Amino acid sequence: MADLKERIARRCAKEFEDGDFINLGIGLPTMVADYLPPDIEVTCHSENGFAGIDDVVTDPADLDVDIINSGGVYVKALPRAKFFDTAEGFGLVRGGHVKATVLGAMEVAENGDLANWIVPGKRVAGMGGAMDLCVGCPQVIITMLHTQKGNHKIKKECTLPLTAEKCVTKIITEMAVMEVTDEGIVVTELHPDFTKEEVQEATGVELIWADDLKPYDED
Amino acid sequence: MIDKILTPDEAVAGVEDGMTIMVGGFLATGSPQILMEALVRKGVKHLTVIGNDGGLDAGQPAGDFAAKTARGIGLLLENHMVDHIIASHVGVNPKLNEQFADGSLRYTLVPQGTLAEKCRAAAYGLGGVLTPVGLGTPMETDKDELGRDKIVMEIDGKKWLYERPITADYAFIRPSLADKYGNYMCSKTTRNFNIVMAGAAKKTIIAPERLVEVGETDPDLWQVAGGLVDVIVEGEKRWQI
Repeated sequence: MADLKERIARRCAKEFEDGDFINLGIGLPTMVADYLPPDIEVTCHSENGFAGIDDVVTDPADLDVDIINSGGVYVKALPRAKFFDTAEGFGLVRGGHVKATVLGAMEVAENGDLANWIVPGKRVAGMGGAMDLCVGCPQVIITMLHTQKGNHKIKKECTLPLTAEKCVTKIITEMAVMEVTDEGIVVTELHPDFTKEEVQEATGVELIWADDLKPYDED
Repeated sequence: MIDKILTPDEAVAGVEDGMTIMVGGFLATGSPQILMEALVRKGVKHLTVIGNDGGLDAGQPAGDFAAKTARGIGLLLENHMVDHIIASHVGVNPKLNEQFADGSLRYTLVPQGTLAEKCRAAAYGLGGVLTPVGLGTPMETDKDELGRDKIVMEIDGKKWLYERPITADYAFIRPSLADKYGNYMCSKTTRNFNIVMAGAAKKTIIAPERLVEVGETDPDLWQVAGGLVDVIVEGEKRWQI
């Protein structure tokens, strides 16, 4: 499982280019930062208070108790960091200035609807900044395992309460890379461990296969 | 010059059972700990608390840098002083879900950016804000923090969610540095809600980590105008790991 998540994070890291300003969610999305190519500069937005997240603090000598990330973890800031208050931080997001957000999902619908914040009747956590990010960022990239213990997560329609409507632009799983288009979900890359039939069976909507379908790029 | 300095206990003397307070901070980073401690000493109950989250419980966050005591709003939760929390995230401090489960605490969730704008609208005289965030979600269909229906507006063919200003009896804020007039700045990620909550409540109380005389520092440092600050409390410490 850990290997599959690493595969997804590695593949997602290839989405970004020099100069990009992005937001990585907690969990698998955070791992994406570890695989960004070393020769490009990507600036990560931390919605609790700054742009320019550096590594997590492990050596107490590096600790500044005034710098945490959105998971409450003490981190370092890059020299190009800009600190901000919550209004400015989400102004950057809603204004469309943060190019992409990478998040997990419970359900993604064929039209790009996303549900990733609440299961009615279960322990409640809250949306935090996820709704703002999904509405504001031009690219919403979902990184997740393709199914939940065999149950479909990519569906005709979400059954859970939405995080945002028609926001998802790309889905990266251990099986495939998919783009959400007006016509439906288009598979652009297929992992060699899987057949088209297996990916289709693990998906709750009729997939469209790109004419130039490529092997999953995870090296 | 008017003297705004009070002790922590004097500063919270007017906080009564059932009042609404705003507390700056994000997972307690930037929360005014000495004001939370003063509220605990006062023993006030049935508060409605507006903040990003429920602060931290003792032992959080996991790892080497865990807090030994509850922090920020977590201190109020530990002492069962809160009936209603209005926040964007209630998943970190385990006291929250314990108290939701036993029925002693209820919550209203507001998206983080929207919560900031609701505070800002209250502080800066706006009738509310129009945001695309929350359309098509429970934020559109659920009632707001005061039980009012949400309103969707269509303007020039585009839909927006109308979000009302949010106000409180008190705003409790933790600057890193302030002068005795109340001008202040918050360092790094302690800014969070400590900027937008100033002036959003009937009374704004600050507990700066460092307090200087007026004129002792370059006025260009200040992020928030001292005119928004009613009371200054001394003694807030840098957070110790």
